[in-house]
Amino acid sequence: MAVTMQAVAGAPTVNGEGPNRSRWKYLDRILLRPGGYTDEDYDPETPISNIEAAKILVIGAGGLGCEILKNLALSGFKNIDVIDMDTIDVSNLNRQFLFRQKDVGKSKASVAADFVMKRVPGCNINAHVCKIQDMDEDYYMQFTIVVCGLDSIEARRWMNATLVGMVDMENPDSLKPLIDGGTEGFKGQSRVIFPTMTSCIECQLDMHAPRAAVPLCTLATIPRQPQHCIEWAHIIKWEEQRKDIVLDTDDPEHITWLYQTALSRAQEFNISGVTYSMTQGVVKNIIPAIASTNAIIAASCCNEAFKIVTSSAPFLGNPEQNNYMLYTGDSGVYTYTFEHQKKDDCPVCGNLPKDLAVNPELTLGELVESFAERPESQLKKPNMRTEEKTLYYSAPESLRQQTEPNLKRKLSEMLVDGEEMAVSDPAFQIDFRYKRDCGGVRGELNESWLVCIAIGVLG
Amino acid sequence: METTTIEPPLQALPTAKEKRYDRQLRLWGAPGQRALEETHLLLINSSPGVAAVETLKNLVLPGVGQFSILDPAVVEEADLGVNFFLEDESLGKFRAEETVKYLMELNPDVQGHAIKEPLETFITKDKVFTPYTLILVAAPIDPTILATIRKHAEALHIPLFYLHCVGYHSHFSIQLPPAFPIVDTHPDPTATTDLRVLKPWPALQEFAREQTHAMDKMSGHDKAHIPYICLLLHYLEQWRNDHNGTVPDSYKQKQEFRDSYVRKGSPDEENFDEACAAVLKSLISPTAPSALRDIFNAPEAMELTATSPPFWFIANAISQFYTKHGGLPLPGAVPDMKAQSADYIRLQNIYKTKAREDCAEVVATVRELEKSTGRGSKLAIIEKEVENFCKGAAHIHLVRGRPLQIVLPDLPVTFGDRAKAMVFELTNPESLIGEYIAFLAWDEFVATHTTSSSVKGGKGLRVPGNNDAEFEADKEKMVGIAHKIVDGILNEAGERIEDPEYTEIKDGIEKICVELVRAGGGELHNIASLTGGLIAQEVIKVITKQYVPVDNTCLFDGVASRSYVLRV
Repeated sequence: MAVTMQAVAGAPTVNGEGPNRSRWKYLDRILLRPGGYTDEDYDPETPISNIEAAKILVIGAGGLGCEILKNLALSGFKNIDVIDMDTIDVSNLNRQFLFRQKDVGKSKASVAADFVMKRVPGCNINAHVCKIQDMDEDYYMQFTIVVCGLDSIEARRWMNATLVGMVDMENPDSLKPLIDGGTEGFKGQSRVIFPTMTSCIECQLDMHAPRAAVPLCTLATIPRQPQHCIEWAHIIKWEEQRKDIVLDTDDPEHITWLYQTALSRAQEFNISGVTYSMTQGVVKNIIPAIASTNAIIAASCCNEAFKIVTSSAPFLGNPEQNNYMLYTGDSGVYTYTFEHQKKDDCPVCGNLPKDLAVNPELTLGELVESFAERPESQLKKPNMRTEEKTLYYSAPESLRQQTEPNLKRKLSEMLVDGEEMAVSDPAFQIDFRYKRDCGGVRGELNESWLVCIAIGVLG
Repeated sequence: METTTIEPPLQALPTAKEKRYDRQLRLWGAPGQRALEETHLLLINSSPGVAAVETLKNLVLPGVGQFSILDPAVVEEADLGVNFFLEDESLGKFRAEETVKYLMELNPDVQGHAIKEPLETFITKDKVFTPYTLILVAAPIDPTILATIRKHAEALHIPLFYLHCVGYHSHFSIQLPPAFPIVDTHPDPTATTDLRVLKPWPALQEFAREQTHAMDKMSGHDKAHIPYICLLLHYLEQWRNDHNGTVPDSYKQKQEFRDSYVRKGSPDEENFDEACAAVLKSLISPTAPSALRDIFNAPEAMELTATSPPFWFIANAISQFYTKHGGLPLPGAVPDMKAQSADYIRLQNIYKTKAREDCAEVVATVRELEKSTGRGSKLAIIEKEVENFCKGAAHIHLVRGRPLQIVLPDLPVTFGDRAKAMVFELTNPESLIGEYIAFLAWDEFVATHTTSSSVKGGKGLRVPGNNDAEFEADKEKMVGIAHKIVDGILNEAGERIEDPEYTEIKDGIEKICVELVRAGGGELHNIASLTGGLIAQEVIKVITKQYVPVDNTCLFDGVASRSYVLRV
């Protein structure tokens, strides 16, 4: 204890580096003292050097990302990378506080990194304006922790599967904790994943049920809601009348066209309520977003990262402990913090095939459609095969044409009860969790994400 | 040739401001935004803490009108490690001025002001709080000054927030006026569906008959497009014929109704499936929830005066409507359902028309009340307000604001009529009352260890753990105070908690006390930022009078990553 005291009061000498830490007076005070929940062998010397040595990867420099970068920098982290391919839009400025009007159109990752480095000297942030899929395993291997602030489920699933695939039992450093935040209006969640050890994003996929789609025939013949008229303009009319122009949902002329088309259809059916703002909301799938919820969720994610690196308090995500915090703020303040259970039949981190009860009278085509809607799969372009044969491939084109006739065939004609079927989707291009012992050759099945589905035929 | 493209009506295109605020306007709309822009917030900050600064960040971004920061301190190096709204060049300058400057960069539409005067002299001035619509106070603060602020806020009916953020823990309490009604609570759309199938009015029953009378002779296509509301009404008539005019009442009867009368449809008849799915939640009588009945029976609603707020006039009128009709005014919204376009629109109009009629009746009653109380025409209640009330009547919320709890030196902490509830909280393992008690102990420590800096030799505010020499001693003192508060609650409530529970409660509180002393009054930025998010959200709810605010105390535990709301 006496050592601790001196370190606080005297000149900082952590690891002999000796830079002036008076800027971090309050942070160091907490780290250099044991707390009510720290282990008995809490060593006040290590947290600060751990923070300084840690390399954190931040995915997304948007609403959550801006907050995450600020929080990590003010938690004392010195080495941060940020990936975001997006550019700044004026509608970001109500919450993405590292951006100004003059930055509209510039890269989010670069502007955010420069801003935080200027405000917090000594913090080094590398910005990457690219897709996460552009980086390879060697790149991801250098980080201590990955923090995600994304608005896309697809990107989360890709990152999750990549980190799960990287785990090498022989090499403890290959296990990268994944901390993920998400928000929608006054609601959000933060979760901590220790790949292969605890429930992963894929295990938790059913926490985000996909929105029910409106049947095409409703849009085409019996619209009832203003949204139906907008979707009609968006999905049917644009294709019919402007199919040579790629729809750009950020182009006001395009939105105006859709708005007017939807409006005249709504008038025809006496439907009221089509507005420009609603048109934009429907075609861009806009999710309400505010600064306060982003602040809450981003800070929760960074708090967990900080605790993992410093051991200064128990963190979420220890096996058999809570790993998930759900947040709701529209009525009072409510959090539900719980342990999401790892699933043995998780297609990414489990090792058992998932049972899928299907009607044998269903056609393969209908099954393909259902994969997009099932909360636990949400695959838009599934490819399917059994050990014996290829059932359907949505790409490449030659294979698609070759397998297309199968879509009309009944499942009972193609599968036997209990047969295993592998399903993949090119959107989740990741390693099948398979490793050879020699030479580290991995990922022979690199082209596919593999769900093992044991088909249980009913009836 | 292409010059004749029709421009959309001007008012439909978003303005620059609407573009900037698009993502939030989808939550609180133009009225909420207007309320936000009319706000002037005062922050009283006497420490390097930034939870309140982060709160301001989250309010400047969405466009709060004005904010002022009262903080006489000068920027030190340690401030740069916690406050994102300072730069190295800020060293030696006034913290309030510098923070205001960098916060204002976030939004050119927002005005910020710095007050560098010491708090002790600031509060002695006349009418010093009148420019502000909301006050935010960050601990630590001299409790006698906090008591003065509380008094002013109460008299002026200004919402007052008081917050702590220490290490891994944070707390805030909200003092709202004694009656704080919220009409626009934004309930979940599925919770607001009110179809009145058990008490259809003639126009609706007529429409249902028309849609269903030739059901057996219809084409499959037509039958599969009968709106499910009509199916429910049709089969309810059959049920009534079979059951002496009664409707399915118990859960079992509703199940029977669903399985034997409505039945599942063929694969194309999704409307029958919709009807089955709607049985349990639609076959309900439109009774007022108890929270609304409390509003009806509140003295403010019963004893109207010429100057009563419009809310109470409308509450009184709706109460009369409820007594007369045995139900609330119809909200009028119809969920989407499988149906032909024209039929659906007709159905929608039937509901809308009835909702308008109900609302008109309430408006008429309001006008009578205005007349009978002698309310001047200048104070005439806006019809739109009545309409909003009618639409959301079942979900209207009233917060009964309570005075902020302040720990004064030499006075024991008491809970009054909440003491028994606090004992219950102590025995509830989910409750974070232990953390609240630790913060009360922290306040008591500050109150008893602070010497005013204006007094000769006074050291100003002293928080537990702020120097290493007294770290161990402060821990012991804090734990002692916290345990005394626990026993005080039990005494006040006249109850006992037996061992081992009693010891477990005290041990749990001790751990939190140790954490608070460990931090020595310092913040972890993550917890400050998170707390700033929570408080900004609550400020927005209070300002816009939308959604439901915390009543009245919220705690966050950054160790376990969870929150808890306590009514003190």
